[in-house]
This record gives sequence, C-alpha cells and structure tokens, in this order.
Amino acid sequence: MVGQGRADSRPLSPHLQIWKWHWTMAGSIFHRVSGVGLYGGAFLIGAWLIALATGPEAYAFVEMIAFSLPGQLLLFLWSMAVLYHFANGLRHLIWDGPMVGFNPGVASLCSMFNFAFAIIGAAVIWSLASFY
Amino acid sequence: MTTSAKSVRGLGSAGAGTQHHIRQRVTAVALVFLVPWFLYSIIVACKAGYEGALIWVAQPVNAILLILTLSAALYHMRLGIQVVIEDYIAKSGTRQALLILNTFAVIALAAATILSVLKIWFTAGA
Repeated sequence: MVGQGRADSRPLSPHLQIWKWHWTMAGSIFHRVSGVGLYGGAFLIGAWLIALATGPEAYAFVEMIAFSLPGQLLLFLWSMAVLYHFANGLRHLIWDGPMVGFNPGVASLCSMFNFAFAIIGAAVIWSLASFY
Repeated sequence: MTTSAKSVRGLGSAGAGTQHHIRQRVTAVALVFLVPWFLYSIIVACKAGYEGALIWVAQPVNAILLILTLSAALYHMRLGIQVVIEDYIAKSGTRQALLILNTFAVIALAAATILSVLKIWFTAGA
C-alpha cells in the first residue's frame, strides 16, 4: 500500500531486452527450450512405437508422416534438440559433480561447443543415415 | 531459521527440491548411456521398415534397453516440465491442473509405450 506511484519509478531487475546476449545465457535458455521440445517429441516417438505394436496399417500411417517433408524437418529438429540437451546436460553433470568449468571463458566456450555439436552432429547423423 | 534442520532431513530451505534435483541427475546419468544407443537404434529400426522394426524390438536386449530408455527419459521429462510449469504458471489452480496433467500424460505415455514393447517382444515368433 505504501506509495502506489513510487512503485513505478523503482528500478526493475534487468529484462531480457536489456540484457546483453551471451553464450552461457543462450545456452541455458536453449537447454530449457530443447527440453520442452523433447517433451513433445517423446509423444511422437511414442506414437511410432505404439503404431508398431498396433499393426501394419497404423505403422504405414506413421511412416507416411515421418517420411514427409514436414515430418523429416521435425525429426531433424528433434535430433538437434536431443544432441543439444545431451551435450549441455553433460555440462550440467560436470558442473554438479566434479564442479569444474565455472570460469566465464571456459563456460562460454563450452556453450559454443554445445551449439556446434548439436548442429554439426545432427547434420553428420542425417548424412550417415541416408548413405547407410 | 529452520534451514539447518531441513538440511539434515535433506529437504533444503524450500522444504522440498533436493530429492527432485537428485532424481533429475540420476535419470540424466542413465540417459548419458541410453540415449546414444537409442539414437543409433531408432535410425536402424526406422530404416528397416515394419517387419524389420518388429524384429529389432523383439530382440530381448533391445526390448530391455528400450524399456529402460523410456523409463529414464519419461521420468526425467516429467521432472523437467514440472519445474517449467512451476516457474511460469503463477495462477494456483492452473498450475496445479497442469502439474497433474503432466504426471498423467507421462504415465499414460509410459504405460502405452512400455506395453507396446512388451507386446511386440512377447508376440514375436508366436
């Protein structure tokens, strides 16, 4: 109740627009984004497994969607999210377990590596999968 | 003020969370080993077509690893989304509803997928 007008002029904590984007911040945000994406992805992968147990018609339907252009695009994004969440998750385990890598320089470099790992890793997996 | 007693009980100042934190990590450690296998396997299985995928799931090692991967991944993602809901949904009713929905959805998916694996495994060669 104290000073309704004063509340507006009080300094606010920095919002996303004010923050300077840096690698560790992007890395942290994308860890959550990819995690939420993988939550949805799990239901799609689950649908594949359920269709496989249901029968050939159901499986053919899922295959048709998975091998369509939007399906392939979604699967590519899914694989990228898996690789990113995997690499950045490992980093979290290294932070929590041996407790190394907190140095800003190392942490930023690690975030860059995780992004590169996700993009290059997904590209390598998909090209290997199409040749094999 | 109650921090030290809560710490002794392993609950932390919020009264909960340590257990959640540890379970998130333990499932993560399991997934470090399971996910590379799963990525490789799902590509092989997908490329093998309907019959090939059935044969692949029906192999005991694959069926067991699939069930382990599903269990660890689904538990891990239930914990993860729980935190996301708690962070962003301030309205109590909506938050509770979503937390329950999260649990129900994940358990439903776990039941359906694990049963699918078992069905394929047990009906193979029958």
